[in-house]
Amino acid sequence: MRKVLLTGLAAGLLLVACADDGGGTATPAPAAVTLVAYDSFPTKDTPMNDAIAAFTADTGIVVNIVTAGDTGTMVTKAVLTAGNPEGDVMWGVDNTLLSAATDGNVFEGEPSEVDFGDVCVNYDIAWFAERGVEPPTTMDDLLRPRYKDLLVVQNPATSSPGLAFLMATIAHTGEDDWQQFWTDLRANGVEVVDSWDSAYYERFSGAAGSAGDKPLVVSYGSSPPAEVVFADPPRDDAPTGVVGSTCFRQIEYVGVLRGTKHPDEAARLTSFLLSEPFQKELPLTLFVYPANPSVALPEVFTKFAVVPTNPFTFDPETIAANRQQWQDQWTEIVLR
Amino acid sequence: MNRRPWWLVPALAGAPVAGLALFYLLPVATLLARVVQPGSVSDALGTPGLRRVLWFTLWQALVSTALTMMVGFAPAYLLARFRFRFRGALLAMVTVPFMLPTVVVGAAFLALLPNSWHGSARAVIVAHVFFNIAVVVRLVGAMWAVLPTDLTAAARTLGAKPSQVLRFIVLPLLRPALYAASTVVFLFTFTSFGAVKLLGGAANPTLEVEIARRATQLGDVDGAAMLSLVQLLILGVVVWWSSRWQRRSSLHLTGGGTARVARSRHERHFVAVASGLTAAIMVVPLVVLVSRSIRLGGAWSLNAWRTLGTSEVRPGVSLGIDPLASLLTSLRFAVVAAAISVAIGALASLAISAARRHGSLLDVGLMLPLGTSAVTIGLGMLITFDTAPFDWRASWWLIPLGHALVATPFVVRAVLPVLRSIPADQRAAAATLGASPLRAWLAVDVRRVARPLAASAGLAAAISLGEFGATTFLTRAGRETMPITIGRLLGRAGEIPRAQGFALATILLVTCGLIIGSVSRAVRADGGVHARGE
Repeated sequence: MRKVLLTGLAAGLLLVACADDGGGTATPAPAAVTLVAYDSFPTKDTPMNDAIAAFTADTGIVVNIVTAGDTGTMVTKAVLTAGNPEGDVMWGVDNTLLSAATDGNVFEGEPSEVDFGDVCVNYDIAWFAERGVEPPTTMDDLLRPRYKDLLVVQNPATSSPGLAFLMATIAHTGEDDWQQFWTDLRANGVEVVDSWDSAYYERFSGAAGSAGDKPLVVSYGSSPPAEVVFADPPRDDAPTGVVGSTCFRQIEYVGVLRGTKHPDEAARLTSFLLSEPFQKELPLTLFVYPANPSVALPEVFTKFAVVPTNPFTFDPETIAANRQQWQDQWTEIVLR
Repeated sequence: MNRRPWWLVPALAGAPVAGLALFYLLPVATLLARVVQPGSVSDALGTPGLRRVLWFTLWQALVSTALTMMVGFAPAYLLARFRFRFRGALLAMVTVPFMLPTVVVGAAFLALLPNSWHGSARAVIVAHVFFNIAVVVRLVGAMWAVLPTDLTAAARTLGAKPSQVLRFIVLPLLRPALYAASTVVFLFTFTSFGAVKLLGGAANPTLEVEIARRATQLGDVDGAAMLSLVQLLILGVVVWWSSRWQRRSSLHLTGGGTARVARSRHERHFVAVASGLTAAIMVVPLVVLVSRSIRLGGAWSLNAWRTLGTSEVRPGVSLGIDPLASLLTSLRFAVVAAAISVAIGALASLAISAARRHGSLLDVGLMLPLGTSAVTIGLGMLITFDTAPFDWRASWWLIPLGHALVATPFVVRAVLPVLRSIPADQRAAAATLGASPLRAWLAVDVRRVARPLAASAGLAAAISLGEFGATTFLTRAGRETMPITIGRLLGRAGEIPRAQGFALATILLVTCGLIIGSVSRAVRADGGVHARGE
């Protein structure tokens, strides 16, 4: 028994000695910052992460990436922890949720635009070609009898592209007429599902491998290049197209979180995220457009993605003030 | 009646009560205290459409529960009472859907069900039945396995028809397990999130879906917390009521049952038909799921599997998803979660059965996390454990701990009916033979726990492997679990990521199957030893 005790004591002393030794001789650790992002932000193994590794090599600033849920969840959490944040920099709050974040006093200073993308009606090129029907070209086309029962959209109360498309219609018709537009769209057989996945993969006919039978779907302006990039076997034309006049512009922001303990490192990381070496990796990793206008786009993007000239949009304050009311009214019109 | 030492119940209940208070009650209370304001209750209850949400939530849960109990009854009997070829495989097959993430099974169901079912309550109910058959098989089966066979044999000798034996002997004896199973299924279907979102379409939200929508889409944490409280009150009443009935209806059983080979022609017929039907119901959606991982560009292809581990899908393009790492993460979490929930569940069950009357308080308390929306627990933890040295917000162990909160009630539900069925005279006999009350309790009660505990360890591990809801609301530092990775792959455009998502789902399915299979083998081995010992 005594032997065991002594051995334990000796081991304990040794541990203490080692810890003391380690603490005494080590150089100060390089400053580390934490980047809070939404779930689809990759944490390793992509060109984006390689760029961040290069930033660490240059500056000595280690970047830890934590994922906080979808964008809405991430913003809710940031508001709850405002002033005592989970990290130092937050990536990816978009213009539909920006007001919630700024009203919640989440950021230190103004957040910056970091990337953008569009939510647009996509169509199945082959479906329309086989039937000799022209795909729709305007928002009002969606109400025409020839496109009856062809469109599937997401519920704006539960899906972010669904909300973006609702706002596109409101921006198109004006605030007085959008309810009539959706009454007509419902009469024209619009189908509503809860999430982008179910709409795109289960109901839409154009996505490779999809089981659906609807040739029109609300998705992203960058969905056609994704279809090309991820096709198997490889293909060099997109199976889907974008109706450019139905797009809503989503802008994502990056900002330093209020309460960060490393404001300098956080600011340096933020400006790196806005710089060309990082921004050029955005298109083929997150399928969004870099906010930095000097960044060249990959060919598959310039060829198959549609960047609408005049996308619909609202400023964040208008969205924040009306979002819930729009969702509730939409639910009454379309689902009841 | 001899008395056990006074400290026994507090000693047993200490850890479960402390864990529950620290990691469940404290976070939920902190969140409520932070966000709830004077007008909150009336604001939340006055929301237009809330009544419709409540009504849909309630009736779909009742119908789903009733159907699940009916469909699960025959497989529960089959798997508890008979030994046959492929029994282990069938048990695994029945259990696996329960632990697969709903995103995955939901996608398989969408492909299977006719288009006219999409977005309907029917689709939700069918999926609920499919998911929850495992609960009936596990909980009712655990009880059925220890029902003494001599009772039914005696009834038959006295001329009872099989239907009479079922009605007058088996059903009354099974009642505690039937209550337990239907309570759990009701809880699960009442709080259903993934299946409802994916299959119910936009017109049919449950309360849980509405709570998540408010907290994450509208930033209305206040309203979400209030609705979460409403849900908790409803389910608290249901659980409390059911635990009273479970206690009242529990009977002491002597002897024991053993699974055996079907003897008569009648029995062999039953085993063949029931196992065939069960296998068919369970296997079709799983086959759809597997097949989607090998279908690319309208042809059969293994490319999604081949590119699974590689970082580049195309030159310069990679998804940043490491399937092998996420499998290892999930397995590690599953081991931790199973260890926590088995330890806590075993202590809690022994405490509940030893404490008799007051035990139901702990019993209900442990069930509460099942009825609390994952958003509420996640956000509560976020604002409770936020200051050093308790800044645990991105700690890895918070995730398996969250899984254990969900899995522990299952351990209790599997162990408690067995404990309660121990007749007092067994302890009395031990006492007569000279054992102290504590010794008698150790020899009789604790020994009985081993078998249901081993079974529920597998169930807990599997629950952890497939857990999606709570995990998404906890902040994660680069360690993604399989369900989260699958969700990410299925949630983006492009055929390869989609097929890879199903490939990962296949790996998850096989992993769960292997765990369940090996646990059921371990239980059989343990049972064998037990039988020899007697």
